[in-house]
Amino acid sequence: METIWFCLVAVMIAVYVVLDGFDLGAGIIHLFVARTDSERRAVLGSIGPVWDGNEVWLLAGGGTLYFAFPALYASSFSGFYLPLMIVLWLLILRGISIEFRNHIQSPVWQPLWDVVFAGASALLAIFFGAALGNVVRGVPLDASGEFFLPLWTDFTVGMDTGILDWYTILIAVAALLTLIGDGVKGWAAVYLAGRVGAAVGAADWVVAAAALAVFLGHLYPVFHQFAGGKGVSTAAGIVYALHWQLGLALMVVWLASVASTIASIWACRSLPRRDAGSMVAGSVPVFFLYISTACCRTT
Amino acid sequence: MRRQMSQDRSWYFPFMDALTVHRLHFAFTATFHYIFPQLTMGLALLILILKTLALRTGGEHYNRAARFWARIFAVNFAMGVVTGIPMEFQFGTNWARFSKAAGGVIGQTLAMEGVFSFFLESSFLGVFLFGEKRLGPKAHWFAAFLVFAGSWLSGFFIIATDAWMQHPTGYELGKNGEILLTSLSGLLLNPWLFWQYLHNMIGSVVTASFVMASVGAFYLLGRRSEEYGRTFVRLGVIAGMISTFLMAFPTGDGQGKNVAWHQPATLAAMEGLFETTHGAPLVLIGQPDPEKRRLDNPLAIPRALSFLTYQRWGAEVKGLNEFPPDHWPDNIALLYYSYHIMVGLGTVLIGVMALASLSLWRGRLYGARSLLWLLMLMLPFPYIATTAGWITAEVGRQPWLIYGIMRTPEGVSPHISAGNALFTLIGFMGIYTVLAILFLFLVGREIDEGPEHPVEAHAVTL
Repeated sequence: METIWFCLVAVMIAVYVVLDGFDLGAGIIHLFVARTDSERRAVLGSIGPVWDGNEVWLLAGGGTLYFAFPALYASSFSGFYLPLMIVLWLLILRGISIEFRNHIQSPVWQPLWDVVFAGASALLAIFFGAALGNVVRGVPLDASGEFFLPLWTDFTVGMDTGILDWYTILIAVAALLTLIGDGVKGWAAVYLAGRVGAAVGAADWVVAAAALAVFLGHLYPVFHQFAGGKGVSTAAGIVYALHWQLGLALMVVWLASVASTIASIWACRSLPRRDAGSMVAGSVPVFFLYISTACCRTT
Repeated sequence: MRRQMSQDRSWYFPFMDALTVHRLHFAFTATFHYIFPQLTMGLALLILILKTLALRTGGEHYNRAARFWARIFAVNFAMGVVTGIPMEFQFGTNWARFSKAAGGVIGQTLAMEGVFSFFLESSFLGVFLFGEKRLGPKAHWFAAFLVFAGSWLSGFFIIATDAWMQHPTGYELGKNGEILLTSLSGLLLNPWLFWQYLHNMIGSVVTASFVMASVGAFYLLGRRSEEYGRTFVRLGVIAGMISTFLMAFPTGDGQGKNVAWHQPATLAAMEGLFETTHGAPLVLIGQPDPEKRRLDNPLAIPRALSFLTYQRWGAEVKGLNEFPPDHWPDNIALLYYSYHIMVGLGTVLIGVMALASLSLWRGRLYGARSLLWLLMLMLPFPYIATTAGWITAEVGRQPWLIYGIMRTPEGVSPHISAGNALFTLIGFMGIYTVLAILFLFLVGREIDEGPEHPVEAHAVTL
């Protein structure tokens, strides 16, 4: 029975990472790739109808974790107290910036929420990445199965661990870059469809269909043991054709994120584990799914 | 060095203990969160009524009215979502020991809320808000119905969680002190749940009715959108009359009996009753003094408490002296006053709605400016009554976190210091202040633009 629940939680968290990772990525890049309001609307259009549905996966995963593995839920949520609270504030800011952005047409109101949205998305990507780094490394549990870590260290490579330290920040940067790549992919499809659609006079539904295709493209890897990811290179090709500077920049970003992922896995192996017996071993495979999806989607 | 400091906790905040801060943390975030669902759950019903009237009359008037309230619903819903996620997280972050012990039970209802109801509600809200043209009138009515069903189902699972903490059923204790669910139907058909759920949902209809009547009165008094103002006042007053009455009887009465049967010490503290009394009086005002164990300056209706609780004028009601002080709710004054504020305001709400209904029935309400002023200014009071009611329920459960099983200090996260909890509490206060300003600004703008304002999509359009 535990195994079934474990798989369910793993799938829910993986689906959340895949789906919302795209929302986060789109959130980060839309400020930079889309200059005009209509372009930004196109980017937001690719996530507007789905982002809160995507976030339900986080709630469902959290809820399932809660009743299937209460001890793990209690220990990890209280141990990661400060970063989780910051994640909550960021989720609040991201939610209201999408929902409230289009309530008022004004040259000040919308750019304001665009900046809040991009900032919150980028910081969320960093915090999720740091969470991944922490879980992969493990945390020092005490006799009652609980722990508490400082929010940050002095970032020197050493024995002292914190929630944000040299190692977890490395993973966080990898996550940030991965999700940026993800966002560009979604943006490209919608933007292209919008451009081409406008040129041939097609209806709005073409853009909607493109957004849906991106959405389904994200589901695709889940049903194929996370071996998908060809869509990324396809999209990259399209981006490259459209805008070669952007394509080049993306290629650098992808290479960097692959390199940093490899580096961080290496760092993870070479890191001396102070108290290997008391790590949250059970949760590691969940997040290996997470990292494997992240790796798949960077290749 | 850092390691030593984190083990020595004496340098942490000395002026407030961690338990108090954790309790305030949950109380503040929950109270702020519930401002929004209490309107949306009731408003979903009133919007459904407007859509039904639109189907019946076939005119555009009620559809426009429904669209106007759907816009206000949407802002409230977004606020409810973003302030609701922290509630689920806090069980783990601030109440880790409680979650570890009880997660197998209340995780069930919380997960069901997230998966079934919230998903139903949020996806069909999107359909309802943006799909009117494509759906046609009947399918659009059905979307409104599903938003209503989703929000009331959502409320059910959340109240089921609280009802279990108030009166645990369907569980057994495991070897290591963990609480195991033995019967899902025991959890979902908890006898406490029935009245608490109905009382809460009717309360949300009361809030929505007062808000609708208040906005309608605002339009009539301002001599603008008067056609809609009359509709809002009429629907608000009729729904308000029915719901305020149901609020007191049978739901409030039923909830009171829940407390009398299952939490007798709480009932005694709510009523400020220290001595066990045959023919106990119903106290209207007075100040409880837990130190001297007496009620100062009481003004009471003789024997009424005994009658309301047991239907016999001479029935015995147990006083607080019957219970050991470590079973007393730990803040008797707060419990007593919030209970009396809830009941007192509830009575005022019934009175206002009765007055307005009478005037409406005589056909004078739309021109009765003093009564319209009264309706408009009543806006905050159902919110205050509901909040006082929830304070009564939750402070009344003390000193237990799970009644009879786990005391509140046993449930808190042991490693989160008072300083860390205070930091995040102040952080939430700051971010919620910003949210409140934004909320009032956006809702105020919708009301100012009025129901005639042409529809424009508020979500991201493609």
